[in-house]
Amino acid sequence: MLYSGGEQSGSLLDVNPGLIFWTVVTFVLLLFVLKRMAWKPILDSLNERENFIKDSVERAETAKKEAEEILEQNKANLANAEEEAQKIIAQGREYAENLKSQILEDSKTEAKKMIEDATVEIERKNLEAFNNLKSEIAGIAVEAAEKIIRSNLDQEKQQKIVNDFIDDLSKN
Amino acid sequence: MLPETIIAVSDSVNLVEAAQQQEGGGAGWIMHHILDSKVMDFEPFFTIHLPEIHLFGLDISITKHTVFMWLVFIILVVIFNIVAKSYKKSFLPKGLSNMMEVLVVFVKDEIAKPTIGKGYEKFLPFLLTVFFFILVCNFVGLLPYGATATSNISVTATLAIISFIVIQAGGIIKNGPIGYFKGLMPSGLPLPLVPVIFVIEILGLFTKPFALAVRLFANMTAGHIVIIALLGLIFILQTYFVAPVSVAFALSIYLLEILVALIQAYIFTMLSSLFIGMAVHQEH
Repeated sequence: MLYSGGEQSGSLLDVNPGLIFWTVVTFVLLLFVLKRMAWKPILDSLNERENFIKDSVERAETAKKEAEEILEQNKANLANAEEEAQKIIAQGREYAENLKSQILEDSKTEAKKMIEDATVEIERKNLEAFNNLKSEIAGIAVEAAEKIIRSNLDQEKQQKIVNDFIDDLSKN
Repeated sequence: MLPETIIAVSDSVNLVEAAQQQEGGGAGWIMHHILDSKVMDFEPFFTIHLPEIHLFGLDISITKHTVFMWLVFIILVVIFNIVAKSYKKSFLPKGLSNMMEVLVVFVKDEIAKPTIGKGYEKFLPFLLTVFFFILVCNFVGLLPYGATATSNISVTATLAIISFIVIQAGGIIKNGPIGYFKGLMPSGLPLPLVPVIFVIEILGLFTKPFALAVRLFANMTAGHIVIIALLGLIFILQTYFVAPVSVAFALSIYLLEILVALIQAYIFTMLSSLFIGMAVHQEH
C-alpha cells in the first residue's frame, strides 16, 4: 500500500543497513571531533569562569567583612578618641580650676602679707615719728628751759614767758 | 476457492493503486517526501543522483538522509569551531557563542547534572553531541528541500543503540559487570521470583532505547506528514479556495514543528541522561 512509483520503495519502518552504517560513522566521528574541538575547551572555560566568579564573590565577601571590621575598629577608635579628648578637657579644666584657686590663694596671702608689712611699717614709722617728736619735744623743752632761765628776772616776766611758751606750743 | 478470492482482491487493489498512481494520488506522494532516497530532488531546478557504494555485500549507498547528516556534521563543526575559538579570546561570550552557551549550559546544568549527579562530566560530551545532532537534524528538516534524518527509523534506532551502549557501558564500568546485573534487581526479592524479575529487567533495558528510537522517529515523521498532507489538499481538491486554509494550517503545524524539534532533542537527551543516571547510581 505504501509503495510509490519511482526509484525508492518500502515503508516507513524499513531498516536500511547502509544508513545505519553511515549514521554510526557520522555520529561517532561527530562525537570525537566535537569532543576534541568544542566540548573540551568550552566546558573548560565554563568551569574556569564558574570558578572565577565563585572566587570573585568569595573575595568580595572577605573584603566586605574586612572593611566592616575596619569600620568597626574605626568607630571604636573614634569613641576612644572622644573619651580621651573629654578626659583631657576635664583634666585641663580641673588643672585650670586648681591653678585659679591657687593663684587666688597666693594673691590673698600676698595681699595679707603686704597689709601686715604695711601695718608693721606704719607702726614703725609711727614709733619713729613719736620718737622724733619726743626728742623734739625734749629739745623744745630744753630750749624753753633755757629761755626761762635766761629771762629769770621777775615773776611777771616769768609768767609772761611761760604763757608765751604755752602759746607757742599750742600754736605748733 | 480461497486463493482465487485472494487473487481477485489483490488484483483490484493493484488496479486501484495503478489508477491512483496515474492520477498522482494515493499515499505515494506523501511517502516520497518522508522516505529516504538515493536521489536528491531540487524539483523545479534539478535532481542529484547520489553514488551507490557496495562494500562486502552491504549496500552502503549514500542516501538523502546521509547527505543531510553530513550537512548537520559540517554545520555543527563550523558553529562550534567559532564558539570554541571565541572562548580563547574572552570569558564573556557574545552573539553566536552566547546562544550556544545557553544550550550547552542547559544540557550541562538542567539535564546532565540533576539526572546523573556525581561523575556526570564523563557523559557530557555524548549528551551534548546527541542533543545538538538531533536538534540540528530536526531543524534542517524544516528547511525547504531539507530532509529530516531523524524521521528515519534507521537513524533514530542507531542513535538509540549508541545511547544504549553508553548507558550499559557507563553502568558496567561504574559498578562492575556482576555488581551491575545484581543491581538491576530490587533488593529483598524472594528467591523464586529472581529469574522472572531478571528477565523482565533485561527486557526493560531493551525497551528503553526502543522507546527512544520510536518516539523521536514518530514525532519527527508525524509533523512532516501533516504538513505535506495539508498542503496536498490543494492539489487533491484541485481548487485555489482551499489554499489559504491549507497554508494557514500548515504554517501553524510548522511552528509547532519548531517546538517539537526542540522538545524531541531535549527529551532524547534527557531520557538518555536519566537512563545513564539509573545505570550508574543503582541505589535509587
